Amino acid sequence: MSDTGVSIQPADVAVVPPPGLGETGGRGRSRRVAAGRNLLIRSLIPVILALIAGGVLLAILGRNPFTFYANIWQFGIQQGSWEDSAMRAAPLLLIGVGLTIVFRANIWNLGYDGQFLIGAALICGIAPHLTSVPNVVSLVVLFLVAMAAGAAWTIIPAFLKARYETNEIITTLMMSFIGVGVANLLVKGPFQDPTVNIPQTRVIPLDHMLPSIPGTRIHVGVLVALAAAFIAAFVLKRTAFGLRLHVLGANPRAAAHVGLNVRRLIVMAFLVSGALVGAAAAADILGVWGYMRANWNPGYGDTVIPFVFLARLNPLALIPYIAFFAVLSNGGDLAASNANLPTDFLLVLVALILLFMTVIEYFGRRHDLGGSYLTPGLRKALHVPLLRRRTAAEEPSR
Amino acid sequence: MSILHFAAASNIFSKAVLTSLVAGGLLAGVPLMFTALGETISERSGVLNLGLEGMMLLGAYVGFVVAYYVHSQTLGFVAGMAGGTLGGVIMVVLCVWLGLDQIVVGIAITLAGGGITSVLQGAQFGTSYPRLAAPATVSIPGLDKIPVLGPSLFNQPVLVYIGFALAGLLAWIYRKTNIGLNLRAAGEKPEALDAAGVSVVATRSWAALSTSALAGLGGAYLSIVSAGVFTPFMTQGQGYMAIVIAMLARGKPLWVVFGSFLFGISLSIATALQLAGVNISTDIVNTLPFVAIIVALLIFARRSYLPPALCLPYMRGAK
Amino acid sequence: MKLAPASDQTPAVELLDITKAFPGVLANDHISLVLRRGEVHCLLGENGAGKSTLMAILSGMQQPDSGRIRVDGQEKEIDSPRAALDLGIGTVYQHSTLIGPLTVIENLLLGDSRGLKLDFAGARRRLKEFAGMLGVEIEPDVPAQELALGRQQQVEIIKALWRGSRVLILDEPTSMLTPQAVAELHKVLERLKTSGLAIVFISHKLHEAVALGDRITVLRQGRVTGSIERERIRLSSPDELESQIVALMFGEGGEVAAAAAEVPELQMGIEGKAHRGTDTGDVALGLHRAYAPGDGSQPGIEDVSLELRLGEVLGVAGVDGNGQRALAEAISGQRPITHGEIRYLGAPVGSLSVAQRQKLGLRYVTDDRLGEGIVSALPVSVNLFLKRIGRAPYWRHGHMRSEAIDRDAEALVNRFDIRTPGVEARAGTLSGGNVQKLLLARELSFDAKVVVFHKPTYGLDLKTTRTVRSMIGELRREGAALLISTDLDELIEVCDRIAVLSRGRIVGVVDNGPGAAEQIGRMMIGDVTLGIKEAPEPEVQRA
Repeated sequence: MSDTGVSIQPADVAVVPPPGLGETGGRGRSRRVAAGRNLLIRSLIPVILALIAGGVLLAILGRNPFTFYANIWQFGIQQGSWEDSAMRAAPLLLIGVGLTIVFRANIWNLGYDGQFLIGAALICGIAPHLTSVPNVVSLVVLFLVAMAAGAAWTIIPAFLKARYETNEIITTLMMSFIGVGVANLLVKGPFQDPTVNIPQTRVIPLDHMLPSIPGTRIHVGVLVALAAAFIAAFVLKRTAFGLRLHVLGANPRAAAHVGLNVRRLIVMAFLVSGALVGAAAAADILGVWGYMRANWNPGYGDTVIPFVFLARLNPLALIPYIAFFAVLSNGGDLAASNANLPTDFLLVLVALILLFMTVIEYFGRRHDLGGSYLTPGLRKALHVPLLRRRTAAEEPSR
Repeated sequence: MSILHFAAASNIFSKAVLTSLVAGGLLAGVPLMFTALGETISERSGVLNLGLEGMMLLGAYVGFVVAYYVHSQTLGFVAGMAGGTLGGVIMVVLCVWLGLDQIVVGIAITLAGGGITSVLQGAQFGTSYPRLAAPATVSIPGLDKIPVLGPSLFNQPVLVYIGFALAGLLAWIYRKTNIGLNLRAAGEKPEALDAAGVSVVATRSWAALSTSALAGLGGAYLSIVSAGVFTPFMTQGQGYMAIVIAMLARGKPLWVVFGSFLFGISLSIATALQLAGVNISTDIVNTLPFVAIIVALLIFARRSYLPPALCLPYMRGAK
Repeated sequence: MKLAPASDQTPAVELLDITKAFPGVLANDHISLVLRRGEVHCLLGENGAGKSTLMAILSGMQQPDSGRIRVDGQEKEIDSPRAALDLGIGTVYQHSTLIGPLTVIENLLLGDSRGLKLDFAGARRRLKEFAGMLGVEIEPDVPAQELALGRQQQVEIIKALWRGSRVLILDEPTSMLTPQAVAELHKVLERLKTSGLAIVFISHKLHEAVALGDRITVLRQGRVTGSIERERIRLSSPDELESQIVALMFGEGGEVAAAAAEVPELQMGIEGKAHRGTDTGDVALGLHRAYAPGDGSQPGIEDVSLELRLGEVLGVAGVDGNGQRALAEAISGQRPITHGEIRYLGAPVGSLSVAQRQKLGLRYVTDDRLGEGIVSALPVSVNLFLKRIGRAPYWRHGHMRSEAIDRDAEALVNRFDIRTPGVEARAGTLSGGNVQKLLLARELSFDAKVVVFHKPTYGLDLKTTRTVRSMIGELRREGAALLISTDLDELIEVCDRIAVLSRGRIVGVVDNGPGAAEQIGRMMIGDVTLGIKEAPEPEVQRA
């Protein structure tokens, strides 16, 4: 029936992006320009609002927000620290691409921490034994090991979802906690460096780490991450696999109806995302750290999620967001310690971006549909008399 | 190490070990119980509360701070509920009123709850973690004389007894009252509830608020009683555990109580084993409950139950 | 002149000048309607004429943009379902509002907020009273989903009356019922009418309106095009009445004649025509003792054997919810068969996937067009090729070739007359009829041989309905069609033979021709689905 009111698909709000295939809407330049501007606003405003709200919070805590943000700029970009930020971006981008792919299929892989740490621990355990192998070979092998480990860690949630439709949010989270525990056991057990007292792995020799891009300190893992983003963009937009994922994500029942192998797709999406998270671990360990301490968990995944959504599940649009956040995160570490605050302040910023994003997305969508900004429920709840009843004259009857 | 050898060498069935297992299970299980009981409410009504972890942390922090400065644990618990409710208000406005994605908002609340409590704790106490005194307990005369179990089970802070009563109360509400029926309808088929003249938005709002208050209470119990201290991210995934407990218990309060204590025991097994002279890595111990959950899910995957309208926002007239 | 009691003079409810617009549609355009006690007021109109919107406004589900509502002569604002219920306006919605896993008594108690504790004992007493009033018997402690559809509807009526109604709204109440259940509903309504209730009966079927209505109001495109008073209904001959109403429903003049002539659905007492004999063709699709599981409250199929020959349209009649979906999905491959066999052009296909069957030319036009037919966020062009993802020439080495897709999509859009701003428009923006044409374009092109249609004209306007039916008929030339429909008139019009599906079993197959309708009706009734379902019969021996 056509005579229902404004309808919002639950998955449409904030989560599922406009399709990458054949962007629709009006033809004509002015409308396209307007749409572009709209998109820009929707993509930037949440970040700006979050920074403002974060500043207010800093002020409440008695810190000078301007100093704080200036410090971020200083420690994130100036005097070559942009190179550190670029390196910080590598794992973030790889995880972001991995999440983009599963989220496209409307599957929630929230087990990235476990997948990441298992991959990282294995690299740290295995790398010191590969010093006699040519560097290229060992690096490739280590990347593959980490990717396989990350992928393997998604198998149980993938199986449970594909076979029994068990909610993957729960299972991936549980697997993540297990992964964190197992990684710690590995670091404290078989992989521990016997020569030091604190539980940590042996340090990978510098010449067996990822090489730098000539002329910079930046390791080539950053290029790997960029390549992954471009390949993922191509796969999602131009290949059968990408379209299948999109169909599954947008309408799982349609996926079954048109004859897609839904179970295989679910498993594939999980494996690919797990592998990319594993690759992120490889890039980070082999590019920056070179060893792993017990209880180390950088928690990259949580911070990436809002940007994956803001980029509308588009791997290329994700790049600038990740660049921004890498600076924020790299500079923020020092800025926070300068302000005598835990670095967890950045989590607050990330959460604020996420919240503002959903709200802005909501208002934007309502606006596009020509409907009221407020739902009947909210209108009632707020008792705003002006919005309660619209006359026929006001109602846009397009 | 064979089981026999293990048991013989470590005196594992001693009275001290059993007592500590039961007492520890209770201590660790109560926060889970409150949170999971809360989750049954909103899950029933169709709101999956992924922000539970953040709400517990908010409750734990606010509760601890109040208990610390005001020197009243009771006020601490009340404040903890208020703290959790803070997260609940965000959930209600964004998810129930505006119909935004429950998963995204839930993640955001968890991140915000963890981040902000850590920041506030750091801003306030720096790197020192002040402790609270042990809570006052009430023993049930007679029952507390039962050997082994008596002292550990029946000599508890009042809140624990209230928790058990709450489970019974919820069970009654779900089965026998209008509220229970409305909650169930909101989760099963919100349009039917709407057509029957009951506001789905209001039903879900109250449900989500109660859930967040109970999660806050659970968090407060964790910081005030179980740990006696607030440390950042101290819940360590217990909010998610509570969701799974509610799910596997199919929303039934009495099963939730049972499940919570099972998980409480697995959380506290390390202490008991230490008493028995066995040292197990805390990593194994921390991981065990999650392994148990995955195993349970593998075995019972087909039998866990979630309402059909879970996670779906309700807008009248929308399809 | 009326000799009604004085209280009858004030109408129970008056709707005055109601207007309601949705983006793109003016659903109600200054509609006025008067509902009187002791009358059945039929609201008649095509799908999309605005009937349901008007009633949604009266039941508080929608707010009008302008207009007034008077209840017992006093102006009232109905801003929520609760307000409507408090005013004594009860509604039986088109889509069931019973909650399956809850028992009958729990469903009735829902929203009945007197005190905190549920009054089960009191509710049981009231249920008994109401059941007596309706002349039916209802078991209170059975989960609602275990009741037959007719019985569920009676529960819904009781639910609508539960809080003391003066107005009872029934939205398309017969669409899910067997002929016998329809007859029983008629009796129930007669009884309720005498108790002084004002009843609104919404329908798009003319004969129902004439049989039941004391007063008929016809809506077209959001406007009242006319109404017929009870005196005139009583005095006019059925033929006169029919032509009058058809004129109101479809407009004046030549269009009327055309509509009436070409849409037998409107003719009362339609007779099936004899189609050409089809015993000669090869078997295109054969089911042999096939079993497939149901889902939720929907039954599966049990021991179904059917033969569809080349050059034939075979109908499957039955009331909704008797295993139609299981049958269609078992053939298309979306649902596994647990026993038995499915053969397509002589070869067994029971173990082939959906995609493989589709490739062989075995197609399925689903009834759930928006739910599983299309991906509304994707463009029309991609939706047209959704069942060919990864195949040449539209994909080469897994790589999508947009030019080929757009070009051929353009051609399909023209051939099937899909009204869309362009092939790149999102499929979700199409109207219901155009979505159906999109699905037809997808299923009927690329060497379709045997096509399963599931309720292919449900909810469509007349013009599209006609197009769809003729497309089904055309499959006779090169292939065959299986038409699963709940609309008996449609089956009689289109099919060569008609099988009757009841509770997941085929209870008989009838050659179409004079008297076929009655025969089918008898088969449907012979296996009455009223009352509580019996325990499932013991399984026939397993293969």
